[in-house]
Amino acid sequence: MDHQQTQGGPSKDGLSHSAVDAITAVVFFAVGVVMMVDNYRIGVAWATDGPESGYFPYHIGMIICIASAAVFLKAVFGKHRNREAFVSWSRFRLVLLVLLPTALYILLIQLLGIYVASTLFIAAFMRLLGRIGWLKTVLVSVGVNVLLFWMFEVQFLVPLPKGPLEALFGY
Amino acid sequence: MDELNSLFHGFATVLSWYNLGMMFIGLVLGVIIGVLPGLGGPNGVAILLPLTFTMPPTSAIIMLSCIYWGSLFAGAITSILFNIPGETSSVATTFDGYPLAQQGRAGNALTASFTGSFFGALSGVLLITFLAPLVSKFALRFGPPEFFAVFLLTFCSFVGTDKKTPFKTIISMMLGFGLAAIGMDTVSGGLRMTFGWSELLRGIDFLVVVIGLFGIGEILVSMEEGLKFEGKNGRINLKVVLQTWKEMPKYWMTLIRSTVVGCWMGVTPGGATAASFMGYGLAQRFSRNGRKFGTGEIEGVIAPETAAHASGTSALLPMLALGIPGSATAAVLLGGLMIWGLQPGPLLFVEQKEFVWGLIASMYLGNFVGLIIVLSTVPLFAAILRIPFAIVAPIIIVVCAIGAYSVNNAMLDVWFMLLFGVIGYVLKKLSYPLAPMILALVLGDRMEDAFRQSMLGPGTGLHVFWSNGLVGTITTLALVMLFWPLVPVLWRLARKAAGGGKNGGGVGKADPEALK
Repeated sequence: MDHQQTQGGPSKDGLSHSAVDAITAVVFFAVGVVMMVDNYRIGVAWATDGPESGYFPYHIGMIICIASAAVFLKAVFGKHRNREAFVSWSRFRLVLLVLLPTALYILLIQLLGIYVASTLFIAAFMRLLGRIGWLKTVLVSVGVNVLLFWMFEVQFLVPLPKGPLEALFGY
Repeated sequence: MDELNSLFHGFATVLSWYNLGMMFIGLVLGVIIGVLPGLGGPNGVAILLPLTFTMPPTSAIIMLSCIYWGSLFAGAITSILFNIPGETSSVATTFDGYPLAQQGRAGNALTASFTGSFFGALSGVLLITFLAPLVSKFALRFGPPEFFAVFLLTFCSFVGTDKKTPFKTIISMMLGFGLAAIGMDTVSGGLRMTFGWSELLRGIDFLVVVIGLFGIGEILVSMEEGLKFEGKNGRINLKVVLQTWKEMPKYWMTLIRSTVVGCWMGVTPGGATAASFMGYGLAQRFSRNGRKFGTGEIEGVIAPETAAHASGTSALLPMLALGIPGSATAAVLLGGLMIWGLQPGPLLFVEQKEFVWGLIASMYLGNFVGLIIVLSTVPLFAAILRIPFAIVAPIIIVVCAIGAYSVNNAMLDVWFMLLFGVIGYVLKKLSYPLAPMILALVLGDRMEDAFRQSMLGPGTGLHVFWSNGLVGTITTLALVMLFWPLVPVLWRLARKAAGGGKNGGGVGKADPEALK
């Protein structure tokens, strides 16, 4: 997980590695502040029977703030800043190509149930991103889900979200 | 020999058809998980954990731990044949493994690494067999302050051993603690950090976080690297195996050195990845062929794999004896323990004899069977990597979603999984270590309980952690570990000050924060 691992030429487009590092540190600082504020509300002092319930997380938040300040300073003023692009656009496009369909897929689970949504998701992924033939696509996507259905609903009796299609078959 | 007796009972438990079957399934699944990009030990175990809720705990832990062994073995396959480390712990294996494969000696490299792994694992298990009962017996004397001190030691040594990014380690760890604190407070019953959101009442399950960080996050990272697998042929036949085994004794020194490093790094939570790099580094430095490392030396394959497997195995020692896992996967296993209704901690050896010794016996057998499986079926598993990523990736995502959903039967968890996937992707690219977060998330509640139980009653304060010799030693040791990286710096400063006031090593004056 070295910094050097991130390839891609000098940054023309997008943020540099150290900029993302700094932004992340700011986000964590905010998280720390939120933790401190919310737990301060519950009480961070010592009651008669020991520390109150906010004591522990309050100080966790405080440590996050201190550590993220250190990371931020290192990212902004450090000598060995990594100025390479965090991720080039062409590569980030690939990441989005997975991320957005996955979000859509999770939305579909809620509407159609997990088995139908998974079939569609696998098929769409294979067709659109992998350009794999129709026959193979249908075989894999349906096959995998029949297997999953057999494993979870029949063998292990783990109930997963089901939609209208499963209801049709009486599940 | 009390231990041997218990061990035989353990073998009797394991040698039932059901448990042997579970072991076999676990190993095969483990190898598949280890070979596939985007699936590794921690999240492979996390996804399958919900399936084991209804199993007897002993069979469940046998299956899940075998997944772990399988994935450790498998890391070497992709490293050597494809120059892609299937697990982070086998990054160092690529240095010499892939050159060997290019020279057409993949079979030798694979055999050597598997055998080395087996040797390392076996030593780890032996260590557990004889040391763990002693440690747990000793730990029976521990009260809440001692336990808190041991937790503190665990986390401080994480920070102290990380030379490159100690602050990132701290952040990752503290985020884990923060996530663990969300929801109902176990002591007072009050709500914390739910922000009026009733779904957060039960907190965020560590399994969801693991599946997101390691599963979805890993897929995103692999996707970005634009995976194209072009592998070498890895056929192993008996002749190659025997030939390599004949060579192995030559490297006894490397084997032993890596094993010692691995066991040490496993027991203290250094992790398999650090162990493998250290094993490789030491072998390079002390071997007669050190200069040739990186061009395809068998020794350069044996060293990291032996260390990684030894550390992966001995990471279970503190988990069993103290209830403190030594690696991310061990942390997930520990979470499983709690779900199956077992109380982790030193009492495990007293109350759950069958479970503990069954697990230990299965580790002997599992690693042996695993060795045979990987030696005989490498080409089969290598073929998995030739399946296009466009087929593998969506299936992994589907499996991850199912895993996240089935933890609590909650759709919200699946969304959290996606969120943690994105977080995992960013953190991974910024070289935040993720294992401390998982450890903190799993241990957070117990650490806090230990802290608050030590604080019960009047007149308590932080001085409780120095109230007797035992707890005082552990706490001080923890602080020393935390500030270890500063020691050389302070030493230099002290030298510069030449004869001026000596600096106490930074332990005395330092950080009230670490205690809070």
